[in-house]
Amino acid sequence: MTTKQTVKSHREPLFHVAKRDDMAWWQAWLIRAVTIILSVVAVGVISMMLTEKSLFETFEIMYRGVFGRIETGSTVMLWKYLQEIAILLCLALALTPAFKMKFWNCGAEGQALMGGFAAMICMIELGGKVPDGALIAIIAVASMLTGALWGLVPAVFKAYFNTNETLFTLMMNYIATQIIAYYVYIKGGGSNIIQPVTHGNLPVIGTNRYLVNILIVAVLTVIMFVYLKYSKHGYEINVVGESQNTARYIGINVKKVIIRTMIISGAVCGIAGMLLVAGTDHTINTKTVGGQGFTAIMISWLGQFNPFIMVIMTAIVIFLRLGTAKVADTCLLNASFADIAVGIVILCVVGCEFFIRYTFKFRHKKKEETV
Amino acid sequence: MNRKILAVLLAVAMVVCMFSFVACGNNENKGDNGDEGKKDEKVEVKVGFIFLHDENSTYDKNFMDAAKAACETMGVEYAQKTQIPESVKCYDAAVELIEVDGCNVIFADSFGHESFLIQAAEEYKDVEFCHATGTQAHTAGLDNFHNAFASIYEGRFLAGVAAGMKLNEMIDAGEIKAEEAKMGYVGAFTFAEVISGYTSFYLGAKSVCPSVTMDVKFTGSWYDEQLEKEAAQALINGGCVLISQHADSMGAPTACETEGVPNVSYNGSTVAACPNTFIVSSRINWAPYFEHMIDCVENGKAIEADWTGTISTESVLLTDVNEKVAAKGTVEKIEEVKKALLDGSLHVFDTATFTVGGETLTSYKADVDTDEKFTPDTEVIEDGIFYESKHRSAPYFDVRIDGITLLDEAY
Repeated sequence: MTTKQTVKSHREPLFHVAKRDDMAWWQAWLIRAVTIILSVVAVGVISMMLTEKSLFETFEIMYRGVFGRIETGSTVMLWKYLQEIAILLCLALALTPAFKMKFWNCGAEGQALMGGFAAMICMIELGGKVPDGALIAIIAVASMLTGALWGLVPAVFKAYFNTNETLFTLMMNYIATQIIAYYVYIKGGGSNIIQPVTHGNLPVIGTNRYLVNILIVAVLTVIMFVYLKYSKHGYEINVVGESQNTARYIGINVKKVIIRTMIISGAVCGIAGMLLVAGTDHTINTKTVGGQGFTAIMISWLGQFNPFIMVIMTAIVIFLRLGTAKVADTCLLNASFADIAVGIVILCVVGCEFFIRYTFKFRHKKKEETV
Repeated sequence: MNRKILAVLLAVAMVVCMFSFVACGNNENKGDNGDEGKKDEKVEVKVGFIFLHDENSTYDKNFMDAAKAACETMGVEYAQKTQIPESVKCYDAAVELIEVDGCNVIFADSFGHESFLIQAAEEYKDVEFCHATGTQAHTAGLDNFHNAFASIYEGRFLAGVAAGMKLNEMIDAGEIKAEEAKMGYVGAFTFAEVISGYTSFYLGAKSVCPSVTMDVKFTGSWYDEQLEKEAAQALINGGCVLISQHADSMGAPTACETEGVPNVSYNGSTVAACPNTFIVSSRINWAPYFEHMIDCVENGKAIEADWTGTISTESVLLTDVNEKVAAKGTVEKIEEVKKALLDGSLHVFDTATFTVGGETLTSYKADVDTDEKFTPDTEVIEDGIFYESKHRSAPYFDVRIDGITLLDEAY
């Protein structure tokens, strides 16, 4: 609650910002929903202005870019859409426990890359030497461990030396990228491309190359929800996030929680890397994660750290990205248009959060009723 | 409460409006081609292009311009996907172009796209897949997957002649001594495409200026303006009096213009930005291949597994020579050498013109068939000539010849 209004002066500003907590949950969600719809429409309108197509045509192109010709029974595009959701969601899920603890892990990109790196090494070095089933198990363990290690390092420094985790995790991304670049140089034989490896690929269910990834992330989503909401760990994360002093007072080992949570965060990022390398690409380069580790930060925030809401947010962001990329390609706009569109929507949603949490109070208005 | 909600919505709407103006202002001039890619049932051929970056990369722009020109010439429709990384996203893009846009010919422009394009080619047997710079078509055993490249080494040789002429002019004017005729070359990676490129450039210069030597620096990236600029700067500081490059940014040409060092460019003219140092530039023109590819599909002809464009197919082009910088008689000399290349009396990689470790090369096995260990597998020297791009379209000349010093091999 605010107490700003208790001080009265003759030169009260025209308005000031005060925190509000009088909004019902359904009102907040209504605002969010309307904001998203309006911002998506705004993106459509901008597309329309740039391309001289009607709003309806613009949305039709966006729809085609995401779902393809689904009405004719062709589901390939739908699966690709779900795959893109799965990867981004997996990264966002990984960040969420750290964020809830107010540990700003900006290193999902690097942690996932390192997970993928471990998978790649196993595929290249052990491929053909151990049975594929065993190899996949080794890959899974190796990816999670390497991702966890990449999360562990900044966590230890944070816990024991109180270093700034945002900078630390960011820097770890660059190290990971350079390691990959060097590895690709060694293995690429000058062409700087590692040709896809056929060993240790995640199994293809039926003819669908993405289904395994999607199922794994679906399971992860549920696990993460339960872990955060119902487990003792989840509770400890919450308390540490709210106040480290409180946590200490009630006997929580803060250092342990920070380190443990970052190991989990890194390990899940490692899984994302594994899904990319062993699951779909079967090769690696510095662009394998493609900046999604940073988009995931927004997803986790927009989803209020709730895995199920994050699913919706990911679906919206990926829809926009694929859809606007299709608009850009069809109408020969620059591909950056997709980034602009996603940026507009995210900005609007973040903007609306501000109005949900705060309110403007004007000077000439009568004193607000106490809440 | 309703008023508050309304206020929130208004605020959001204002933000949206503001951004729509900003975004609109930036992109206003780009919206005039809105009709491309519209559905039309009548066309037989629809080409789907997959590009690694977008038009901001000179490499991709070269393909994009050719794609547009070729499709307009042939009167066919096309669709494109830009910013497609060398991952499964390339496969996805191919599937999207086929399933959603109805393309029956797919073309991808980056080396790393190849394996993913092959995956799509295996699944869509009735679609033709063409790929620039790739190496696997002649061994993949697929009827619908094809590689293409151009004998750009001939273009670089001609550009090298222009460079040699310039060096001669500098020697004659007393600006440098004959043994100081050292060129610098900014390359991306130490692999055959780049080695073939800088060697042909060097041999071109050497054919007119026998005392020339060359230093090469690698950036480890196809596009990194800062690194390329620094590499060019380092070469100039190291005594190089003329610079050329095989990388895709304006880094090296800009460094040359700042330092007043002559530059032989690549991928197109940089004369607008570098009027006082640009000599000439070679580039691959992809339009002839695109037209060939479309023609084959339209008329039911099979596309070759490997297609190599040459000077005679107009796949290898030189820009206009910048007379302000180039030595006198450069244009005539280039024409003369070009004629010799065309009638077969001159070969770029004639083993009589270069030595390796002081000796003439009589036999060389190159890695033509792609395998994981890069095993040399094919004899490529016949009758004293290293036949580049004969056994497959992509370059395989990776010999380190005398006179060229690699300053770093980190990449």
